[in-house]
Amino acid sequence: METSLLLFLLLAPFAGFLFNVFFGKKVSRNVSGTIGTIAVAISFGIALNFFFQINSTKKPILIELFHWMTLGNFNVGFSFLLDQLSILWLLFVTGIGTLIHIYSISYMHDDENLHKFFAYLNLFIFFMITLVTGSNLLIMFIGWEGVGLCSYLLIGFWYKNQEYNDAAKKAFIMNRIGDLGFLIGIFTLGYLFSSVDFTTIKTAVASGQTVDLGWLGFGTFCLFIGASGKSAQIPLYTWLPDAMAGPTPVSALIHAATMVTAGIFMITRLNFLFDLTPNIQMIIAVIGAITSLVAAFIALVQNDIKKVLAYSTVSQLGLMFLALGLGAYEIAVFHVITHAFFKACLFLGSGSVIHAMHGEQDMRKMGGLRKYMKVTYITFLIATLAISGIPIFAGFFSKDEILMVAFHENKALWVIASLASIMTAFYMFRLLYLTFFKEFRGTDEQRHHLHESPSLITFPLIVLAILSTVGGFISFPGHSWLNEYLKPIFIRAREEHHVDTTTFMLMGVAVVGALIGIGIAYSNYIKKSQVPGADNEITGFSKVLYNKFYVDEIYMAVIVRPIYAIASFSKNFIETALSGFIFGLGKVTNMVGTQGRVLQNGSVGFYLFVFVIGTASIIAYLFLAQ
Amino acid sequence: MQSVLQEIGINNYIYLSTILFCIGIFGVLFRRNAIIMFMSIEIMLNAVNLLLVVFSTYHQDAAGQVFVFFSMAVAAAEVAVGLAILVGIYRNIHSIDIDKLKNLKG
Repeated sequence: METSLLLFLLLAPFAGFLFNVFFGKKVSRNVSGTIGTIAVAISFGIALNFFFQINSTKKPILIELFHWMTLGNFNVGFSFLLDQLSILWLLFVTGIGTLIHIYSISYMHDDENLHKFFAYLNLFIFFMITLVTGSNLLIMFIGWEGVGLCSYLLIGFWYKNQEYNDAAKKAFIMNRIGDLGFLIGIFTLGYLFSSVDFTTIKTAVASGQTVDLGWLGFGTFCLFIGASGKSAQIPLYTWLPDAMAGPTPVSALIHAATMVTAGIFMITRLNFLFDLTPNIQMIIAVIGAITSLVAAFIALVQNDIKKVLAYSTVSQLGLMFLALGLGAYEIAVFHVITHAFFKACLFLGSGSVIHAMHGEQDMRKMGGLRKYMKVTYITFLIATLAISGIPIFAGFFSKDEILMVAFHENKALWVIASLASIMTAFYMFRLLYLTFFKEFRGTDEQRHHLHESPSLITFPLIVLAILSTVGGFISFPGHSWLNEYLKPIFIRAREEHHVDTTTFMLMGVAVVGALIGIGIAYSNYIKKSQVPGADNEITGFSKVLYNKFYVDEIYMAVIVRPIYAIASFSKNFIETALSGFIFGLGKVTNMVGTQGRVLQNGSVGFYLFVFVIGTASIIAYLFLAQ
Repeated sequence: MQSVLQEIGINNYIYLSTILFCIGIFGVLFRRNAIIMFMSIEIMLNAVNLLLVVFSTYHQDAAGQVFVFFSMAVAAAEVAVGLAILVGIYRNIHSIDIDKLKNLKG
């Protein structure tokens, strides 16, 4: 029963993918989209069913489909693990996935390759389910690579634009670097534990098996490199902002809500290993904090609506890594969930705006959209309040808990994270004010076409806005349902800080910080009616920020150029030498042949003469040799 | 026991075979008629056969003579095939002069 349910859960999106690949072009656009949506909705239904089962029985379900391979005493089963953590991820992957599929039916309606779009989206969901439900690292790796592939396909979905193709390649290559780390990490763990199965490793660690901590540290560090590639952390984060080249639903689903959280999922999955290597945890925390600050800085001055959201995603992921590094896995998971709600809402909202503006993404040409798009505006406002950390909304609880943990563990990290949060409030409200307030700054023709998006677009927005509002209550300070629910995942129980005056003080500081950020945005963009200037008017530090700290240029100079230099050296010198040698061999053979063929003059008498001479000389040699 | 063969000294046999063999070689090298060349080859073959028989007699070992029988049988077969080829050639170019067989050259 459970096996067949799991197969349905896994294969429904895959069936949708196959249908859209083979028959998508033959059926009408709406059928193609509807089938894709239903496939994911089925998975969501089954995930819900499993969730209720797990929530009541509290027992993880392990399903082995077949035995995969045996190498000595090293066994790998093709099996799936449904426990509290994977079910939670399944729920929001398929849940938000369904909403985004619904949204895409309308958003992508005029695209000629609509069926291909849904095929890729379904394939993505399939691989994401594989990633989160796999019971060992190898199955997880299959999903991990698969979502990377789908991300590549979807970033370059509008393949006729060369820039988009470049962005897709960049994302793929950056991810490959991380994946190499992940793979080495898997090998290291396989070497240390003779198994890559989560349950086996967990049991081994829990029973106190002695492990070489040096190697374990190396392994977890490699795993972290993998996570930082997928989840866009320094130094591998630059692909995520460029990934915004893909259609907006893709940005919402893959590059905000689900795929980029895979790194956090993996670290949470292996929390017991990271607990053993505090040095690596410290690195994770520091990298997370710095990433969140750097990305927040860059987001301050971006003018492309999706770029701002992309950098804000990087920044929020940084906060999650901060929480992971401080050992507060359940809080990182909490933030992943709330972030998935409000960031999906924000992206879909921006998609709705872009839809109304006929593809315009520059905020300088927007403004005043509040009057034209009521639903989009209100949902966007709610999600913005959530990400800025205003009380009641989901983001407040999760972000506040991260800040609280940072405050108790390491004050410096707390300061960095708080700064990032204040900046988040500022740039999000800057985005909101520039887009929805004041007068419209686009052309008259654009103004004429402004309209609220159809209900297929607004429905997911409303659902996500509601979730962004109430989502925080799953982990209410003091009575956290989520922490209780996730307890079996961890070996070492983290002591919970009691709700005391420090808690309220920190909450107060966080809220005041957010309000300050909002206040600055208000005075700049509402009171003084500022509009960011054209690209060439930007000077000073903001120019550095606008150009993203020139990180792409630095990577270009430090990594890409030398590699190109090595490549051209190999091409110009090594390859020339090698091919000269090989061609030389050929030429010599050719020359000998040309000369030698004169000997074959066709005269039998001559042949016989040579034959006799030859035989005679062989015999003479044999006699003389004795 | 002395065989009749042994009454003549072994040197004489060796001289005879050498002469026969050289006649064969020069015949092959200098004649242009294919049939004559064939005959020369047979002379060489028989020179060797003779030598084998002589050695086997002096050596008191019949193996050499048995070998000669095989050699003669093979030579007969070879001649049959060779003559058939020559007939084929003659039908095509109306000559058995080997200098006219020059179509295969590099």
